[in-house]
Amino acid sequence: MIISNKPVQYLLVTLLALSSSINFASTPVDSVSVKHETVESTEASHTEAVGHGESVGHEIEKEFNASELINSHIGDSHDFHIADWDGHPISFSLPVILWTNNGLEIFSSAKFHHDNSGEHVVDINGQKLVRYKEIIFYADKFETMTADQKNTGAFAFDARPLDFSITKNVFSMLMSAIILFFLFFAVARSYKKNDKAPTGLAGFLEPLVTYVRDEIAVPNIGTKKAGKYMPYLLTIFFFIWINNLIGLIPFFPFSSNLTGNIYFTFVMAFITFIVTTLSGNKSYWGHIFNTPGVPVWLAPIMIPVEIIGMLTKPFALMIRLFANITAGHIIILSLVSLIFIFKSIAVGPVAGAFVLFMSVLELLVAALQAYVFTLLSALFIGQAVEEHDHH
Amino acid sequence: MQLTSPESLIFWTTIIFIVFFFLLAKFAWKPILGAVKSREESINEALASAEAARLEMQNLTADNERILKEARAERDAMLKEAREMKEQMIAESKNEAQEQGQKLIAQAKLAIENEKNAAMAELKSQVSTLSLSIAEKLLKEELSNKESQTKLVEKLLGDVKLN
Repeated sequence: MIISNKPVQYLLVTLLALSSSINFASTPVDSVSVKHETVESTEASHTEAVGHGESVGHEIEKEFNASELINSHIGDSHDFHIADWDGHPISFSLPVILWTNNGLEIFSSAKFHHDNSGEHVVDINGQKLVRYKEIIFYADKFETMTADQKNTGAFAFDARPLDFSITKNVFSMLMSAIILFFLFFAVARSYKKNDKAPTGLAGFLEPLVTYVRDEIAVPNIGTKKAGKYMPYLLTIFFFIWINNLIGLIPFFPFSSNLTGNIYFTFVMAFITFIVTTLSGNKSYWGHIFNTPGVPVWLAPIMIPVEIIGMLTKPFALMIRLFANITAGHIIILSLVSLIFIFKSIAVGPVAGAFVLFMSVLELLVAALQAYVFTLLSALFIGQAVEEHDHH
Repeated sequence: MQLTSPESLIFWTTIIFIVFFFLLAKFAWKPILGAVKSREESINEALASAEAARLEMQNLTADNERILKEARAERDAMLKEAREMKEQMIAESKNEAQEQGQKLIAQAKLAIENEKNAAMAELKSQVSTLSLSIAEKLLKEELSNKESQTKLVEKLLGDVKLN
């Protein structure tokens, strides 16, 4: 296959994947201990602020917590955080869209006043809502929950309204979609005026399009059927790539970790799964339900194995993209955090150099992961539409 | 990781991706892939036609060379033929002339022979008439007197030996 021709790139990816697993292995331990601290400290500061007035609350300098910072940066949120100024967060408030017990509610996330601890109660048309770690709960139900239930609140569907908010990641995704659409619309229009060699934007993007066609689609799917899947492959390639790149730009309105979000990669992998399953031809299903060359009495083992095989392929796609991009973000954020952990300016240049190195590597990974995702999607589709005349 | 509720991102990703996919497919990928393909086809066509033109050119020069060669060969053949013809003509005319000469000579010889024969015949008749007239004259002279006539008769009679 094509993958075997890129040992260096794969080595890099493996390295990154390893480093991400190290991070994942260490973070949960930290964050568990941290969570209680933060809850306590915020509660303490809140009571103090109530007691002594607003000004005192800001004077309490919070201990720098790297895992909290990293978690908030690689996660999703209702506000688009831009910067902190004099202890106040400055953020771009995004709309909150909730399907509550009383129907649809739309309001600005500014109403939560940056509260993520479940303290600030918001009254929306008579419904009391609180936000705890970016999850919006009904205030009355929230009070009865244990700390563990609160932390797994994302799946406590009876204690919270359904949340269809335009979060930071959704905002970023919309932005990327609009940018890409206008980019390629402009390219498409330029061909109407110019039927000679492509110039300008088209000259830059066309080689990428032909690369996807000639190096990804055609070798894996075959010349005859590749054309049908080209729009899908091109869309995922550019969509994932631009979102990987947007995640690397460290300021508003970029910096979201969309492709490092497991829900996003889940949807992308699921769509590839649907496309693969729907394009499966007779021989594809034949291989699953009646694998050629295998005795019939093995079918009770073979069929579940084959069905698991169908599911693990998109599952690997989902995890690979999520882990690679998240790992990159975690490494860069950890390096930046070093400066604050050591509280020394001397660490700055060293950390800066490493951040620069990692950012350049991440640029490669951004393109590589988009390529790998597209390549494997093409490979799976190719397996589904392949004609087997031999056996 | 601080994630929001899963349904939010799953819902929006699905919606945005599907809408985005169909918009791009219709307004971007179709025209772009179409244009790229048609351009590739036109480039291939142009290359093929260039190749065809080159081949044609080659054929043309080959043809020209062939024609030239043929023309040269034809010219040589013609020259050769002409030379042969000339030689033949010369030889023929020589033969003919010889034959003609021979014939003329033969005719001349024949004529000469004939003339000679005629002349001889005439000469013979002339000589005979001459000798006759001489003989006549001689006889007239001899037999002018009686004595000589008797002498002759005697002589003649003397020649005739009677047994």
